[in-house]
Amino acid sequence: MKLVYFAWVRERVGRAEEHVEPPAGIGTVAELVAWLKSRGEGYAHAFENERVIRAAIDHVHARPDASLQGAREVAFFPPMTGG
Amino acid sequence: MNPAVRIQSEDFDPAAEMDALASGRTDIGAVASFVGLCRDEEGRLSALELEHYPGMAEAEVARVAGEAARRWPLLGLTVIHRYGLIRPGERIVLVAAASSHRQPALAATEFLMDYLKTRAPFWKREHLATGELGAWVAAKEADDAAASRWAAPV
Repeated sequence: MKLVYFAWVRERVGRAEEHVEPPAGIGTVAELVAWLKSRGEGYAHAFENERVIRAAIDHVHARPDASLQGAREVAFFPPMTGG
Repeated sequence: MNPAVRIQSEDFDPAAEMDALASGRTDIGAVASFVGLCRDEEGRLSALELEHYPGMAEAEVARVAGEAARRWPLLGLTVIHRYGLIRPGERIVLVAAASSHRQPALAATEFLMDYLKTRAPFWKREHLATGELGAWVAAKEADDAAASRWAAPV
């Protein structure tokens, strides 16, 4: 699974993208976040306030309880500030 | 009616975009538009840097544009959003909508801007007049409230 990060989430994680193989039992966006937080300080910092982090699965906004079944690209980013 | 969506680093010409919507047609009675510009925040900023999520930016703006086209009888719709380094006074975003009468064009334009602010994957970062890199712009609750007033979520 490809993970991509944007804005200050990208800066805190320390990379723009990576490929990961989450362990069995990681079935939702929230479970993926919990697993990522265990991978190091940068991740823990990026996801310290989970409520503000937004996610997308294959270019579509996704809620924390969204299933990762079939997901190719999962994105994490702060609330959007375009327009 | 197929909305035209462009995510680009280059500037655009609002007058030309609005003319293009109505060009060669006699059924359009109204073209409404919104242009968002970069402010210098009273001299504090030298630029805004807009990061975007390539692929999702196009897809999400197209989804919101499609929703506007379902809600209102539009005869044309153009949405352009820039990314990259944008200086004070330069254009960031354009929404232009055409319809037979003014209300659908005006309402769709406002709807698009409210939703672009809260759903389109763009993030602004300040570049300060002092030459330093500034902070990421924080999302405003007022923008969430503006988007939520349109009855059904997109």
